[in-house]
Amino acid sequence: MKTLQQQLRGIDHVISSTLGGLAVQLQPIPGEVPVIQVSIAERDELPIFITCSDAQILCMCFLWTEAEIRPEGRTRLLETLLDLNPSVPLSSFGRVGDRFVLFGALSRDSRVEDIAADVAALSDNALDALDALSEFLN
Amino acid sequence: MSVIKKLVSLLRGSVREIGESVVDANATRIYEQEILDAKSSIDQAKRELAGVMAKEIQTARAMERLQAEILRYESLAVEALNKGQESLAEEVAGKVAELDQEHTEQTNAHAAFAVQVGKLKALIKNAEAKIREHEREISVARTTESVYRATSSISDNIASTGSRLSTARESLERIKKRHEDLADRMTAADSLDKEFGHRALEEKLNAAGIGDNADRQRKIMARIRTRAEGGTTPRAGDEPAA
Repeated sequence: MKTLQQQLRGIDHVISSTLGGLAVQLQPIPGEVPVIQVSIAERDELPIFITCSDAQILCMCFLWTEAEIRPEGRTRLLETLLDLNPSVPLSSFGRVGDRFVLFGALSRDSRVEDIAADVAALSDNALDALDALSEFLN
Repeated sequence: MSVIKKLVSLLRGSVREIGESVVDANATRIYEQEILDAKSSIDQAKRELAGVMAKEIQTARAMERLQAEILRYESLAVEALNKGQESLAEEVAGKVAELDQEHTEQTNAHAAFAVQVGKLKALIKNAEAKIREHEREISVARTTESVYRATSSISDNIASTGSRLSTARESLERIKKRHEDLADRMTAADSLDKEFGHRALEEKLNAAGIGDNADRQRKIMARIRTRAEGGTTPRAGDEPAA
C-alpha cells in the first residue's frame, strides 16, 4: 500500500487549478498517524487536513468547537447539521471530541484527482457552511 | 458486543480513551487470528465439500442403476413364474432381495452425504459471515482510532504554532474581509487603469503631434492673427486658412 504522501504527490497543483489558481501549500503534521495539512491562499484560516487508515482516506476541515456554540440554539444547530448531511455533496458534518468538522471520506486507493476534487469541494462547502451557520455561534 | 455499541459506550467516556483503543490490541489480535482460522476452515470445508458432493452424485447413480436391475430381475421372475419355473423364480427373487438391500444402503448413504453437504455449506457461510463481521469491526476500530489520533496531532500542532486561536466567526470575518478587500482592489485597479491608461495614451499622441490636442495653441494663435488682420471672422472650430 502506498504511503499517504506518495498518494498525494502533486495534489497541491491539482487543487490549485481546480480552485482557479489559488496558491496551495502542503505540510505534514507530526504525530502517530499520517496527516497532511492543505492550506489554501485567501482561506488560510480554514485548512483541510488529510489523513488515512487501512480502509479510507479522510479529508477534514475544522469548523468550530463546542464552546463556540450559543447554548440556546444548540439543538437547532445539531438538527440543521443532520438535515444538511444528505444534501451537501461529498461532505458531511461530524464531531471529533469537541471539534465540529466537515469531512469527506474516500476509498484508500483513490486517485490524486479524486482526492483533490474532494478537498476543493470541502473547502468551498466549509466556507459556505460557516457563513450560513455563523448565527448559531458566539 | 457489536463494535458500534462499543463505540457508543466509549463516546460517553473520555475522548482520549477513544483515540487509545476502541478495541484493545489484544482483542484485535484475537479477531485477526479468528479471521485466519475462519479462512483456513473455509478452505478445508470447500475441499471436503467437493469430495462429499462427488460421493452424493455417485450414490445417486448407483441407486438408479440398482433400481433398473431390480425392475429387470423382477420381470425375469414374472417370466419364470409364467413358464411354471417356480424354483427359478424363487432364485431370482433372492437376487432381487440382494439388490434391494444394496439399494437401501445406497439410499441411506446418499441421504447422509446430502446432510453433510448441507452442513458444510452452512459452515462455509457462517465462516464467511464471521470474517466479514470481524473485518468490519477491525476496520471501524482502526478508522476511529486513526481519526482521533489525527485530530489530537492537529490540535497539538495548532496549539504549538498558535496558528488558530481565533474563533470560527473571526476566521469567517477575516476571510470575507480579505475577499472584499480583493474585490475593492480589483475595482480600484480597474478604474485606475481606465483613467491612467487613457491619459497616458493621449499624452503620447500629443507628444507625437497626432490628434486634436496636438497643436491647439498654434491653431488658436493663427485664428487670432487672422481676425487681427481684419479678415473674416471664422467660426470657432473652423480651420483657419494656412
